[in-house]
Amino acid sequence: MRRVAVAAFSAAIWLLMGAAQAQTPDTIKIGVLADMSSLYADLGGPGSVTAAQMAVDDFGGTALGKKVEIVSADHQNKPDIGASIARQWFDTDGVQMITDLTTSSVALAVQEVARQKNKVIMITGAASSDLTGKACAPTAIHYAYDTTALANGTGGAVVRAGGKTWFFITADYAFGHSLQNDTSAVVEANGGKVVGSVNVPLNTADFSSYLLQAQASKAQIIGLANAGGDTINSIKQAAEFGIVKGGQKLAGLLLFISDVHSLGLQTAQGLELTSSFYWDLDDQTRAWSKKFFDKTGKEPTMTQAGVYSATTHYLEAIKATNSIDGPTIIKYLQSKPINDFMIRNGHLQPDGSLVHDMYLFEVKSPADSKGPWDLYKLIAKIPGDEAYKLPHGEQCPAAKG
Amino acid sequence: MKRRDVWIWTAALIGLALVAPYFLYPVFLMQGLCMALFACAFDLLLGYVGLLSFGHAAFMGSAAYITSHVCKVWGLPPELGILCGVAVAAALGVVFGALAIRRQGIYFAMITLALAQMVAFYALEAPFTGGEDGIQGVPRGHLFGVIDLGHTLTMYYFVLVMFLIGFGIIARTIHSPFGQVIKAIRENEPRAISLGYSVDRYKLMAFVLSAALAGLAGAMKALVFQFAALTDVDWTTSGEVVLMTLVGGVGTSLGPIVGAFIIVAMDNYLAQTGSWVTIIEGIIFIVCVLTFRRGIVGVLAPYIVGARGAPRTAMLSAEQGSASVVTSAPARISEANGGNARRSGDASTKTHK
Amino acid sequence: MLSWLHVAMPPAPLFFAQLLVGLINGSFYALLSLGLAIIFGLLNIINFAHGAQYMMGAFCAWFLLNWLGIGYWPALIIAPVTVGIVGIVTERLLLRQIAHLDHLYGLLLTFGLALVIQGLFRQKYGSSGLPYTIPDQLQGASNLGFMFLPIYRGWVIVASLVVCLGTWFAIERTRLGAYLRAATENASLVQAFGINVPRMVTLTYGAGVALAALAGVLAAPIYQVSPLMGSNLIIVVFAVVVIGGMGSILGAIISGFALGLIEGLTKVFYPEASNTVIFAIMALVLLVKPAGLFGRAT
Repeated sequence: MRRVAVAAFSAAIWLLMGAAQAQTPDTIKIGVLADMSSLYADLGGPGSVTAAQMAVDDFGGTALGKKVEIVSADHQNKPDIGASIARQWFDTDGVQMITDLTTSSVALAVQEVARQKNKVIMITGAASSDLTGKACAPTAIHYAYDTTALANGTGGAVVRAGGKTWFFITADYAFGHSLQNDTSAVVEANGGKVVGSVNVPLNTADFSSYLLQAQASKAQIIGLANAGGDTINSIKQAAEFGIVKGGQKLAGLLLFISDVHSLGLQTAQGLELTSSFYWDLDDQTRAWSKKFFDKTGKEPTMTQAGVYSATTHYLEAIKATNSIDGPTIIKYLQSKPINDFMIRNGHLQPDGSLVHDMYLFEVKSPADSKGPWDLYKLIAKIPGDEAYKLPHGEQCPAAKG
Repeated sequence: MKRRDVWIWTAALIGLALVAPYFLYPVFLMQGLCMALFACAFDLLLGYVGLLSFGHAAFMGSAAYITSHVCKVWGLPPELGILCGVAVAAALGVVFGALAIRRQGIYFAMITLALAQMVAFYALEAPFTGGEDGIQGVPRGHLFGVIDLGHTLTMYYFVLVMFLIGFGIIARTIHSPFGQVIKAIRENEPRAISLGYSVDRYKLMAFVLSAALAGLAGAMKALVFQFAALTDVDWTTSGEVVLMTLVGGVGTSLGPIVGAFIIVAMDNYLAQTGSWVTIIEGIIFIVCVLTFRRGIVGVLAPYIVGARGAPRTAMLSAEQGSASVVTSAPARISEANGGNARRSGDASTKTHK
Repeated sequence: MLSWLHVAMPPAPLFFAQLLVGLINGSFYALLSLGLAIIFGLLNIINFAHGAQYMMGAFCAWFLLNWLGIGYWPALIIAPVTVGIVGIVTERLLLRQIAHLDHLYGLLLTFGLALVIQGLFRQKYGSSGLPYTIPDQLQGASNLGFMFLPIYRGWVIVASLVVCLGTWFAIERTRLGAYLRAATENASLVQAFGINVPRMVTLTYGAGVALAALAGVLAAPIYQVSPLMGSNLIIVVFAVVVIGGMGSILGAIISGFALGLIEGLTKVFYPEASNTVIFAIMALVLLVKPAGLFGRAT
């Protein structure tokens, strides 16, 4: 009798677990897969979820007669976790599109999964140009920016201003290597020289020994091929060790407004950076950013603005093509230019990169700033073709020839 | 438990496993099977030899990396990939074992932990592992050149077969003469030595077997997810397998399997809630150590098996009051310290021989 | 001279600078392994929660500053005491229950405790660091010629040396220390002499935890206050303790500083190996002297 009871109990558990996996086919789900709790949480994170929800609400909340729902998860900067979540989302949870995807190693892993399942992903967080190079996939869009644009933007500007010898402090994973690679190519093409580099594990707290190496190299420019919390720590600790006082300059190759806000103008003034979005650029950006600020209390980064823009265009594509099929949506998005408050003169390329205008900014000095988020001074607008000019040539097999 | 009952239960469970992918997400099941094999391999060492290894992730993870590299970069078929992974894990087991077997108890745990951390750092730095990116896009290939493992169901049955093979090896080992010697060593090591058994050699063999099977689990996992990453060699994974075994029931045959599925289900279900997984795992650890040391299977078994005796699930000989030195209930401190001194005394007799 | 090794001899300034950075790391290794050694020596428990307690010390300092406006100097006392009290409660509630069992259970219990503590902090504060500013009196750097040494980092080395040597002196040369050492050898006999051994044990655990918390406060301005700051450090500290000898106080201190220096040296010549060199040394020591460099041959 007991054994029957135990057997029945176990069977009930099995069935319950099975039921829990059932799909709800009447919603279209869009997934925001981001770093919610670690060093990149401020540049995407919960803010991206807010942006995605804003896009859905502004679109009307439904598409093709079905409700549109946002789901989100924290990939913790681990590619295997990200890939698992993406696979489960696509297989059993009815998610049709994944966005944000900060952290290049995660984005690459998820892109693999998306390729297998032919689903659309729109990457606004990750930077590595490999996403549209060696690892390009037909249903992936590299939306907001990439290391090519950063290299051509910040890298080009710094080397042309006289910074000829470079030493890189590089985050030791796909993004850092990609950024170092692309920037080195630009530096060398402009007559500069890379004298050394050092690889640093992701999310390192103490940069002292790496900064000492950079100091000993006597390079004019110390290129920070890292982002988020890593960049903040590098810059702060460089100040402690008297690096800038000693005559070397820092080049923050990827800076977000959240980083500059965290560093403060006193420490960050004079740094140059490339971005595809700034809240105070013109009336359109100001209008949208105000809505975002009212919800979150912070001005949006280009990743978060990108999530809104990408989600909106995705929903429009669904409506226009009357389909949720990945390749169909991509074809539609490739067929016409993309223009909105964030993306200007955007053209979706066969390799997946969304070529659009970028901007070169300089961080203001405390004296010039009139508010807690009045942080940037516009130096130049970089037209899309110039920003996305590939230093190594086209690497995507599908797009070559 | 009667022989016939054992076979009935085994058949029922295998039958359940055969139809499960039609009800549950197959990738989840495969993950559960891999971790179950990992936990069983770990329990071989803990439950039957009495050694708590806190670095077992090194074996699983290194096999995952090797198999991934071999299948992706060298293009070998999956069966050879798995073989390579297991071989490397076994070799690592020999090295770890040789260094760690000399010590016991906590020392053994700490040494395995530190050695595993060395492997983890190597995985971070070595060029072929891809560091933070891991090895991605590992092809599943064609088993023996004919069976396409790309189909999820096919892969599931392959994983199931490998799991049964691994589990069978463990079961066979436990019930063999070798297994009897191991149990004897665990019950009363000085007596086993006095009977002439080369105790270190037996322990090392058990250790290597455990490492090799953990490697098998890792190789399978790499092919299931087509991915090898730093999480596989991280010490938190070593901690997870301890938890699985503890929750399921140390020293029982089904305990690690039950524990593995519970923890994997919890990981997947709670993945979206941020750090609550870690917190809950920690609480389960504490609760298990304080009040639930026999684990689920250890507690349930008497009900299923019938009144005839609970399986021997006390993790460490201290609890059974056997060869070890802790007797009844004297003052706490004297046990804690006197016991340790005398145990160390045993160890010193051993090393001075 | 070293060219046959195909190793480039770095410029002397970098060499000494990295050694100094290594010494700073070594200060933390020494403080933390000291706490572990004390706890292990008397309780025979491997306190896996040591890293989490180190983290709590840093967070305590952060809370004191950001919630109560209490600065660094008072925090150096308040944080260790607070976290030490938490440690005492832990010992009373949890560790005492399993003291009669095999010591491996203690390892597992403290491991679970570490997971819970870390998980809770991570849930609330994420896993990247919170900033904690260097106190004004210790700001700036002094130009040593071969490098700019930030004054705060110099202070860390000095403070750590003082605390380590002070603790060693207290244990090896004072009467209280004598009681502690005696209780380690033969607790029931010491109890028969009228000394309240259980209370001593509780206070000892609290003291070990307080040492970890002190290290956390010292670390807050340099390493950023992060929920994960202890978890990576703790395993290196375990290796240090194994090298020094599990119950040896002096072994812990010397090994801590020495291994920090060796790590710094490795960063100069072969940076990729700097993470693994301590474990490689541990493997070597285990082969040659299994009880550790200063351990008693048990």
